[in-house]
Amino acid sequence: MMKYSYFPGCSMDSTAVTYKKSFEYVADKIGLELFEIPDWNCCGSTAAHTKNEKMALALPARNIALSEEANPGLDIVTPCAACYSRLAYSTYAARNSEETRKEIEDIIEMNFKAEPEILNFLDLFSDPEVKEKCREKMVRSLKGLKVACYYGCLMSRPRKITGEENPENPMKMDAIIEMTGAETIEWDFKTECCGASHQVDAPKEARPLIEKIFRNAAANGADAIVTACPLCNMNLDMREEEINKLYSKKYNIPVFQFTELLAVAMGAGAEQSGIHKHFFPAFDRINEVIRANWEEEKKKAKEEAKKNPLADGPIVVGKAGK
Amino acid sequence: MARIGVFICHCGTNIASVVDVEKVAKAAMQMPDVVFATDYKYMCSEPGQAMIKEAIIEQKLDRIVIASCSPRMHELTFRKMLKGTTINPYMLEIANIREQCAWVHTDREKATAKAIGLVQMAVAKVAKNKPLSAGTIPITKKALVIGGGIAGIQAALDIADCGYDVTIVEKEPSIGGHMVMLDKTFPTMDCSACISTPKMVEANAHPNITLKTSCEVEKVSGYVGNFEVTIKEKAKYVNHDLCTGCGLCQTKCPTKVTSEFDQGMSKRSAIYIPFAQAVPSKPVIDANACLKLKDGKCGICEKVCPIGAINYQDEERFTTEQFGAIIVAIGYELVNWEEMYPEYGGGKYEDVITGLQFERLVNASGPTEGHILRPSNGKEPKDVVIIKCVGSRDPKKGKSYCSRACCMASAKHAHQILDKIPNSRVYVFYMDVRTPGKGYEEFYDNTRKDGAQYIRGRVSKIYKEGSKLIVKGEDSLLAKPVTVEADLVILATAMEPASGAYELAGKLGIAVDGDNWITEAHPKLRPVETQTNGIYLCGTCQGPKDIPDTVAQASAAAVKVAALFSHDEMETSPMVSSVDPDKCSGCGFCVDLCPYKAISLVEYAGRDNGRKVTKTVAKVNEGLCQGCGCCNAICRTGCIDLKGFTNEQILKEVDALCL
Amino acid sequence: MDKILNREEGRLLAERIAKEAGVNVRECYQCGKCSAGCPMADSFDLMPRQVIHCLQLGDMEEIFKSKSIWLCASCHTCSERCPHEIDVATLMEKCRIEAQAKGYCGQEDVKLFNDIFTETIRYFGKSQEVILEGAYNVASGHLVQDMENVPKMLKKGILRPEMNTVRDKDAIKKIMEKTEEGGAVK
Repeated sequence: MMKYSYFPGCSMDSTAVTYKKSFEYVADKIGLELFEIPDWNCCGSTAAHTKNEKMALALPARNIALSEEANPGLDIVTPCAACYSRLAYSTYAARNSEETRKEIEDIIEMNFKAEPEILNFLDLFSDPEVKEKCREKMVRSLKGLKVACYYGCLMSRPRKITGEENPENPMKMDAIIEMTGAETIEWDFKTECCGASHQVDAPKEARPLIEKIFRNAAANGADAIVTACPLCNMNLDMREEEINKLYSKKYNIPVFQFTELLAVAMGAGAEQSGIHKHFFPAFDRINEVIRANWEEEKKKAKEEAKKNPLADGPIVVGKAGK
Repeated sequence: MARIGVFICHCGTNIASVVDVEKVAKAAMQMPDVVFATDYKYMCSEPGQAMIKEAIIEQKLDRIVIASCSPRMHELTFRKMLKGTTINPYMLEIANIREQCAWVHTDREKATAKAIGLVQMAVAKVAKNKPLSAGTIPITKKALVIGGGIAGIQAALDIADCGYDVTIVEKEPSIGGHMVMLDKTFPTMDCSACISTPKMVEANAHPNITLKTSCEVEKVSGYVGNFEVTIKEKAKYVNHDLCTGCGLCQTKCPTKVTSEFDQGMSKRSAIYIPFAQAVPSKPVIDANACLKLKDGKCGICEKVCPIGAINYQDEERFTTEQFGAIIVAIGYELVNWEEMYPEYGGGKYEDVITGLQFERLVNASGPTEGHILRPSNGKEPKDVVIIKCVGSRDPKKGKSYCSRACCMASAKHAHQILDKIPNSRVYVFYMDVRTPGKGYEEFYDNTRKDGAQYIRGRVSKIYKEGSKLIVKGEDSLLAKPVTVEADLVILATAMEPASGAYELAGKLGIAVDGDNWITEAHPKLRPVETQTNGIYLCGTCQGPKDIPDTVAQASAAAVKVAALFSHDEMETSPMVSSVDPDKCSGCGFCVDLCPYKAISLVEYAGRDNGRKVTKTVAKVNEGLCQGCGCCNAICRTGCIDLKGFTNEQILKEVDALCL
Repeated sequence: MDKILNREEGRLLAERIAKEAGVNVRECYQCGKCSAGCPMADSFDLMPRQVIHCLQLGDMEEIFKSKSIWLCASCHTCSERCPHEIDVATLMEKCRIEAQAKGYCGQEDVKLFNDIFTETIRYFGKSQEVILEGAYNVASGHLVQDMENVPKMLKKGILRPEMNTVRDKDAIKKIMEKTEEGGAVK
């Protein structure tokens, strides 16, 4: 059953437009049924849990309560690591203390049962059925692209919230990306922090975090970094040029949302995947990879045809995007 | 009429601070058959014992109750005391008002009431006690030592030198254990192999010692003085009676696998002698690696063996032997740090090694002939980081205990690196430096003087950039995060019990603690004995320790065995089961249940309503019976009684409390 | 002047904070693994390890006036790696909330950003990235920060000037008001 209650989060409509586009393309391809939570509100993000614990639990709880009302029986998926963490925290708190659950109900003046599971997009695309559907829809290979999967903090930690078995070296995104034919590399900054909102309110202190992520990705031979969060993505993609200037580096590593690569592998053009809208140029890199793979396929097909003129030719990959 | 004396012990303030001992003594005076009751500061002390003896004479007591600590502590003390009096040593009951009362309660009034109840039960029971006397059984004067590391070897040599026979059972193809893998030993820096291999050779040559390598203990039954042990000998595929140890087979063997002895840092053949100084110096075939045994191909070793010692049809064998005593010396293993610490790379970096791997690396007979080289590229490292407490003192990821030997081992490694590699730099990340041993602090002092930089803080992450390992820690004395760009990282990994320790303890009927270390009978006063008579322990199977402590414990365990063997026979406990044959129905339930095989069915000529009849009844072999009481509990006719714990006595206890 | 350690009031507060976080700070043996793995520790004036040490001592003043509790990015690396499973990140958060309530602020910009963020939630129900960044730049005086990126954002449609708000604004206002009444979650 590929039906989910959907919490897009605030960034999906603004800074994460390429995440949104590519996800919608993929969701449509594989027939994902999403029911957006009606009149959802901001999860409170870092600001709320920095200021006030009750606020940090109540804001996400309203969304879960709305989902329980409008989309009963459905688990909630959300594309943003922070939204995911906040919704999961509220659920965890309510499930572990009846008193807390009631207190939250009193604040939001709604029934709040904390029943739906909270899933991030990596959880969603790790579902065997979703994965199988994705595999069926792959029409071109990203073979030859060396990808560093960047998970950040909140999809791995704290363990009691995420249920991640190996927060030092998670593998969910790696397994998803491998479906596209791209190669995922082993590196050491998968779950190191990107600085989150401190990139705005404490830039001097937080910029080195981004530099270190690029440095380790480069040291391990990454062609690209892939994220699964609007803020992680923006912090890396938008600031790569600045980092190069600031630290006199020449990192040349485009940063993708993982849904963009899925979309591309399913045949999406630039407009559909959003890869031409990056701050740091990404389009050409992907184009190169696709072209090289396509030419290799053609060459193989020719050789095959020579050997056995009667056999059917291979699927012509270039046509598939239409 | 019995004349019972009751003695309430204060145990200093242990009991008296919670229990109103005077009130208990007063209450005891009111109990049936009690003619004397008093309290005293320490009943187990000499004046305490003298007071009891005096009371026995003056009050003409014929049995006594002592309310004090657990009978495990002092029941024997008081029985010995009674030997010099008119009272039989078994006319004694202990009421445990310390462990089972004072230590676990805080409410004085309730605790006092409970103590009175416990005394009441003991008084009721002792009234029904009967004099008992101990029998004797012969002792098999031959010891079994399980484990052939330095602990097992030392214990075996000491017992053998006393003139008794010893068998060492070792699961590996050679004795020697971990010590022979080490390069140097702290703090004197003697060559480890030079001081341990002579002992291995001596053990092999000693007329009183039998070595059984590639063997494991399969089954143990019996009891002190008379254990029956089944030993499994694994298939070696080489007839050691014929083999001369020429070694031709291993030079010709085409299959190479990772060497256990070199900690995975070199290769060995499928037919192999584990290391140059192995004892016995004869090869075995690794069935998991051998092509002939796996697919029937190859067979080269058979072809080249000049004496025909290869036997691919070899099978595991079982033998059963009698032993009078057993010493457990199964040693330790290092924890699997790779699973525990993904933040240290989880094993993906070749240049992050364990201390034991470093021992092989720095050893002249090791994979690099003693040159310290980076496993990744064979180059000499300049910046080396040593991380202590990897798996130790880490309740979340590893073990909560301190592994004791690593502080000194790390200091030794730092010293060796600085000594062997000119201009090298060594950084030791530590939480505390623990060097309580003779000459240890001085060694650590010298290591710092050599130039080892100690940094107080636990490392959080190791990752790689280029060819360097980036080690991230905090210098907690500076309160600053610090980074070392290292060429080699040595982890002082924790010790844990040898795999199979738990299962072996089960076979032997001895206890392990929460971490599976084998538990000593008393941490201070019986450090090399287990809770089971006749089974002793030594070395790291009891807990992490270094070589000096291990060897000292081994000799101590040997003395315990020698003391036992110095008698021809030993007293048995008279608290054994007995069957009333007239009531026994001969169902045989007790026969199957008895863990000591002490009960059998026999023909019995008895009387039924005056008529002579012959029937089958259970009979207890008092030499074998350990007084566990299982038969007592299962007996459907109630014809089995445990002397000292008869059904009548137990019921009187219950009555005393409940009626 | 020497620090006087045996004072009562700080100890009680420290005990309350630790209890609310479900942590026994007495378990900490000051190994420093938290600080060693902390991505922001380079900028901290008090290492995470020292924050725990202050909690052990009951020296709350030292914690409240520090930058560290504000610069903590709540990445939870410290909590994940702590050998004694001490939830350092949650303690940092509790200390920050407590410091704020007592009027301390070791890092003005961080507080300002969070204040503006919560205000946008109060008025719109959803976060408004344009308003947030703009208002923050004005209020903090960092007028040109990230401005070089804005044209690019607008041109590519990444950042849209139109508003996206919650319809039931009263519901959000009520949540904000009720939760601001104070008190920790039981």
